[in-house]
Amino acid sequence: MSELSTVARRAVEAATGAGASDAEAYVSRESGREVRVHGGEVESLTAATQTGVGVRAWVGHRVGYAYGTDLSEAGVAAIAARAAEAAEVADEDEFAAPAEPAELEALAGLSDPSIAEWETGQAAELALRVERTALDSDPRLVAVETAVYADADERVAIASSAGVAGEYESSTCYAYLQALAEGEGARETGLGFGLARGPRELDPVAIGAEGAERALAMIGAGKPPSRSCPVVLDETVAASFAGLIGGGLSAKAVQRGRSPFAGKLGEEVASEAFALHDDGRDPEGPASAPFDGEGVPRRRTALIEDGRLRSYLYDTYTANREGTTSTGSAARQGYRSLPSVSTSNLMVAPGSHSLGQLLAEAGEGIYVTDVAGLHSGVNPVTGVFSVGASGRTIRNGQLAEPVREFTIAGELLAMLGAVSAAGAEPRWVPFGGSVSTPPLLIAEMAISGS
Amino acid sequence: MSGLIDQGVAERVLARALANGGRFAEVFAERRRGQTLAIDESRIESVQSGAEEGAGVRVVDGNTTYFAHVDGLDPAEIERAADEAAAALSAERREPRPLQAREVAPLPIESRPEDVPAQRKAEMLRELNERGRAKGSEIAQFTASYAEARREVAVANSDGLFTGDDRTRVRIGAQAVARRGDAVETGAETLGAHRGFELLEDDPGQIAEQAAAKALTLLDAVPAPSGSMPVVVGGGFGGVLFHEMTGHGLEADHIQKGASVYVGKLGEQVAEPLLNAYDDGRLPGEWGSDAIDDEGQPTQMTKVIEDGRLTSYLYDRLTADRAGVESTGNGRRESFRHLPIPRMTNTYIAPGDATPEGMIAEVERGFYAVSFGGGQVDPATGDFVFGVSEGYLIEGGKVTSPCRGATLIGNCLDALAAIDAVGDDFFMKTGICGKGGQKVPVGTGQGHVRVRAMTVGGTER
Repeated sequence: MSELSTVARRAVEAATGAGASDAEAYVSRESGREVRVHGGEVESLTAATQTGVGVRAWVGHRVGYAYGTDLSEAGVAAIAARAAEAAEVADEDEFAAPAEPAELEALAGLSDPSIAEWETGQAAELALRVERTALDSDPRLVAVETAVYADADERVAIASSAGVAGEYESSTCYAYLQALAEGEGARETGLGFGLARGPRELDPVAIGAEGAERALAMIGAGKPPSRSCPVVLDETVAASFAGLIGGGLSAKAVQRGRSPFAGKLGEEVASEAFALHDDGRDPEGPASAPFDGEGVPRRRTALIEDGRLRSYLYDTYTANREGTTSTGSAARQGYRSLPSVSTSNLMVAPGSHSLGQLLAEAGEGIYVTDVAGLHSGVNPVTGVFSVGASGRTIRNGQLAEPVREFTIAGELLAMLGAVSAAGAEPRWVPFGGSVSTPPLLIAEMAISGS
Repeated sequence: MSGLIDQGVAERVLARALANGGRFAEVFAERRRGQTLAIDESRIESVQSGAEEGAGVRVVDGNTTYFAHVDGLDPAEIERAADEAAAALSAERREPRPLQAREVAPLPIESRPEDVPAQRKAEMLRELNERGRAKGSEIAQFTASYAEARREVAVANSDGLFTGDDRTRVRIGAQAVARRGDAVETGAETLGAHRGFELLEDDPGQIAEQAAAKALTLLDAVPAPSGSMPVVVGGGFGGVLFHEMTGHGLEADHIQKGASVYVGKLGEQVAEPLLNAYDDGRLPGEWGSDAIDDEGQPTQMTKVIEDGRLTSYLYDRLTADRAGVESTGNGRRESFRHLPIPRMTNTYIAPGDATPEGMIAEVERGFYAVSFGGGQVDPATGDFVFGVSEGYLIEGGKVTSPCRGATLIGNCLDALAAIDAVGDDFFMKTGICGKGGQKVPVGTGQGHVRVRAMTVGGTER
């Protein structure tokens, strides 16, 4: 048994020894680095390791949680005791129970050994190349605010008094830049990014070029007139909206009456052009893992198909409330957080349209390439949203002048019903969680500009 | 310094950090403890407690910062982090100056939250729950949360500084969902401070009633209007307007990279002469206050706008060195796992002499944004958005229908110059600000403020 699993086992025993009727421990160790470059120089180089344990303790049907960084025997015992103590403060909840152990099937390819092989100098060179590509692209591309390369390798172990036991390792790596272009008396920014399991799969030239293109494309942007019109969402924007939809499909939000999808199971909630599933095992998915935050196997769950709502996402607690089974959707933000229902890899099904065909079908409208203010401009309970946006005008089915400083507004369910086509090429985007989506054509949306 | 790191250990760590050269080295040690709990469906749940400690070591050479952090305060591990930070350097060894301990008086805490039994915190949440739900039968859901956090920090650097701080913050929040037929609306309110449990001695239940009242009011809401119009912004959290539209653009890292619309504007008139604004990390008990920043620099009151003229940017140590000025005490970090960067503390527009009623009475048709859910800005372009959590129409100089789904959008310099009235009803509110992946507590404040014209993005057809 590995060191992490031993710590997890010890934490579980300490918690039951401290009065918990059941306990579960989640231990993670992460090592990572980050290189930020600016103006052809390394601005900062960070090397980091972090290790911690989170213990969930049940005293009857009451639950408590504690976490900490001290993995010594005494440290783990203290954390476990605090978890049991926390449970005493909670109220009874008859559905609160640990996850049942299940057969865990390993997932290959989650960890890329090239991370460990890459010298820091190589990582810095990759980030510098991202920056250089952007700066060399056009004289109007005046600066890059930051170009970043980061990678991390994480090992996770879980154990519980119910018999759950598992461990896995996974790696992630990404690079991005914020490019600055200048023209017509204003500065414009453009984001370029790439993500992969290991640095060899990142293409610094493509990342730098994307940031530059996005910034340059915005030069001379003005406000579009207020109107209702067709809108094409690029992959980054579609991913942000998919993330909001994924949040509304959490059984916790639904059961507590805080989701626009409550009471809509089996009903028509989207046009047939929009299909969505969650897949915690997709080989390319950044969030893939053999099991979720409480040791339940990750799996694929169809959420919206043929326009109908097929399923919500469940963890053990929300599944117990409905007498159903967990979809393996208990997520954690590391050892500091209690598991809660969330998407893993959310995947919007690709359609058959090229981007050109989506624009042609839109005719006269707006191609939205960026949205801002999602955390404050969306009501997750009702699905009503109004967010800042920027992008390009679509005229005669072609991309025309850039536009900014406008809002797109509506309701999530109405927007899903108005999806009239999906692009053929999906892309992994780190916004709204971990999302794979093509661009989407929305038949009509409210634009507020000048 | 609070027993986090011994002077001898800190000196050894700094010496090792400079073993391969560098002009500056620093060790930041921290112990953080916290407790959170919530009430949902009238049940106390999500009872959590955390205890973490660790240290971060940085070495600065030229324009490059080398940083390594470790969990735990084991001297050997911190020294290993110093070696790791120094590993990429290859110059002559430098010697740090001997440390001179400087005691700092932390902000006073009357009632240590960790000494208050958790059951009492649970009882307070039950009271919030009852009072929120009692506001009306249309309150369908109510949740409330309590969070306390204590951060003990110590900073030692190669200039000989050795100091520390002990910070305790308490915050509660309430969220209500109101339902009438198919109409569903939400309302939220928070209360927080850099204080102990004494913050909650007055009447914490008020925020529950306020959150419920907001949700109930919105049940009668009409879709928000669209288009450019005069906007009156409410006091307190309305200050997030200034935080986004000016504060971020004044952070010196954005300035020095040319990624702010305020580059080259120092000394220039950027607003009407009626506008005065500050960043003040020393406001007693405020959410964004600390005795020192996370580089050991005492916090201060910095006047950023005087009579409409831009008077200062906000600096941490590195950006101040580069600009040849003193740090303004704005070097903040989320934890020992993060590098300090220039951040706001409590940012506010000073009270003016207009009355809220007076400035509304002058508006024929406009929008009244009482409070925001939050905001976002791209300092480089100056484009900002604010999600309005409570807003109303202004018609014929009077506040009329509540509106749902409004967002304000605009560009910093235009909107700042368009502030044409500042109210005398000043107060502060709490926020959590994200930048570069780091979240820090910030205060925002103002009285009512009127912007001559701003784009309201609503759903009205």
